[in-house]
Amino acid sequence: MQAISHTFYMTWRQLRNLARQPWYVAFTLVQPIVYLLLFGSLFQKVVQLPGFGSDSYITFLTPGVVIMTAMFSAGWNGMSMVDDLDRGILDRFLVSPVNRPAIIAGRLVQSSTVIVIQSVIIIFLGWLRGASFPGGIDGIILLIVCAILLAAPFAALSNGMALVMRKEESVIGAVNFILLPLTFLSPVFMARDLMPSWMQSVTSYNPVTWAITAGREVLKPDADLSLVWSRVGYLAVFAVISVVLATRAFRAYQRSI
Amino acid sequence: MADAIIASELYKSYPGGVQALDGLSFTVEEGAIFGLLGPNGAGKSTTVKILTTLSRPDRGEAHVGGFNVLNEAGRVRCNIGYVAQNTGSDRSATGRENLMLQGRLYGMGGSELETRVSQLLERFSLKDAADRVVHGYSGGMVRRLDIALGLVHQPLVLFLDEPTTGLDPEARVDMWHEISRLAGEEKLTILLTTHYLEEADRLAAKLAIVDRGKIVAEGSPEQLKSELRGDALHIELDSDQDNSGIEVALAGLENIREISVEESSLHARADEGAKAVPIVLQALESAGISVGSVTVARPSLDDVYLRHAGRSFSRAHSEADQEDKKRKS
Ligand SMILES: Nc1ncnc2c1ncn2[C@@H]1O[C@H](COP(=O)(O)OP(=O)(O)OP(=O)(O)O)[C@@H](O)[C@H]1O
Ligand SMILES: [Mg+2]
Repeated sequence: MQAISHTFYMTWRQLRNLARQPWYVAFTLVQPIVYLLLFGSLFQKVVQLPGFGSDSYITFLTPGVVIMTAMFSAGWNGMSMVDDLDRGILDRFLVSPVNRPAIIAGRLVQSSTVIVIQSVIIIFLGWLRGASFPGGIDGIILLIVCAILLAAPFAALSNGMALVMRKEESVIGAVNFILLPLTFLSPVFMARDLMPSWMQSVTSYNPVTWAITAGREVLKPDADLSLVWSRVGYLAVFAVISVVLATRAFRAYQRSI
Repeated sequence: MADAIIASELYKSYPGGVQALDGLSFTVEEGAIFGLLGPNGAGKSTTVKILTTLSRPDRGEAHVGGFNVLNEAGRVRCNIGYVAQNTGSDRSATGRENLMLQGRLYGMGGSELETRVSQLLERFSLKDAADRVVHGYSGGMVRRLDIALGLVHQPLVLFLDEPTTGLDPEARVDMWHEISRLAGEEKLTILLTTHYLEEADRLAAKLAIVDRGKIVAEGSPEQLKSELRGDALHIELDSDQDNSGIEVALAGLENIREISVEESSLHARADEGAKAVPIVLQALESAGISVGSVTVARPSLDDVYLRHAGRSFSRAHSEADQEDKKRKS
């Protein structure tokens, strides 16, 4: 009960602060828009490769960019935790009887809200560039759910890293160090069947691949639901583990001060 | 009267070989203002963090409001307010929003919370700024909001870690009034840390001097000062001369005690300062030591500190800063 009300108050604080800096959402959209427009035209012809398995690159790319954007946006979630740490706000919360997981949960809800907004904008831009979504509105909603399921564990881990590293530069470094390889070792830009075989095996352990696989599948008119559910299951397990780790990071933080 | 805070034999070390607390013990009576006075790095904030359940000691025990800070942390948290050394206010939120959220985390709500928040905004003169974001507040306003945040849930014990550091002299005096009023009207127990001797002298009914993680002296400001018999002599010497012969030069003088030399300052104590001055100057002159200035003063907490910590307060400060720089480089 207390966990729920505290999560609600923490979420409220996060969303209110976000609403006071709306440019933040715009700023995090620059990179995905560049990918969408630039790679969208640059790689137009790769669909002609035998075995690519899609006939419009922008239709293939758009869900990938939605997932990738969600992951990065979640990855930066820990930055505001560093801010709270520096300002002493976190210490104030930790001295109060606040439910610890609620501090993380409030941030996950905020991150998810940002992701819904970003996804809708990216999907709209993709559609303007000619992407099609045969799965209809249901498919689009499910794609966004996949994006949030991937984002939640990354946002939790990002907050955990913030609590352990406590420095903006270190968090930026770690986030780039982890997220860039995960992006390039996933089928965001290129069909998995066309990757070298070592890369194909690596990508199957990558959560980004799980989210993209499920996200592309739900956009098809005849989605393979067993494939979708298995990937959603993997993501859910990953999310639970990450949230537990992030909550434990509070203890690590309190031991170091 | 019961003790609101009991700290016994607290030890805490940090990575890098820093012994922040080295067997620190003290008790605070219910309803009193207790001052922890010490230079930079003495271990004041570390003590406060342990007592507020934020950090854990390596060894030792502590009770606040009758509850153990280690295994009854939840109970302790409900009974205390904590105002950290650096601010804890959310700069993107308004003063009122900060206070409302704080109250809700302690399980308050409805009109009870709204009334409490308005009352605090009024008493800390933040009424006009209540609905502006904290970003635009002055340093003094932020500090007053910090303290209001620590009071929303009507705690029994309030921890104030350097409440006036960084404030201009005028705001500091206002803050002093506010703090003494709090103790008087709300029957709060307040633990206050400070490096201002004057602040401890003005506010604290009892104080403890902390140096290098230990309490070196404890008592009311008057008790501590009265332990020092006589007046303090402070003599500034020329810094570019050999001052090593001073103690020998002054050793034979009657009624001059507790002679200590730190670089180019000489401290000593005499029953009657005014009479001692010419005698000391004479002795120094005949030893060929030239003198810049002489002051005679009634005992101050600075002297208490000097006597118990073996170095003057300002010197302890600069030593701590240097150690800090060395560690960082
Ligand atoms: N988180 C930390 N990690 C490592 N060392 C620390 C940490 N916190 C404090 N210290 C060290 O422990 C010692 C005591 O620090 P503390 O902050 O308790 O001093 P203080 O009396 O509050 O000083 P100040 O007046 O500067 O606030 C110092 O040497 C400090 O550098
Ligand atoms: Mg301190």
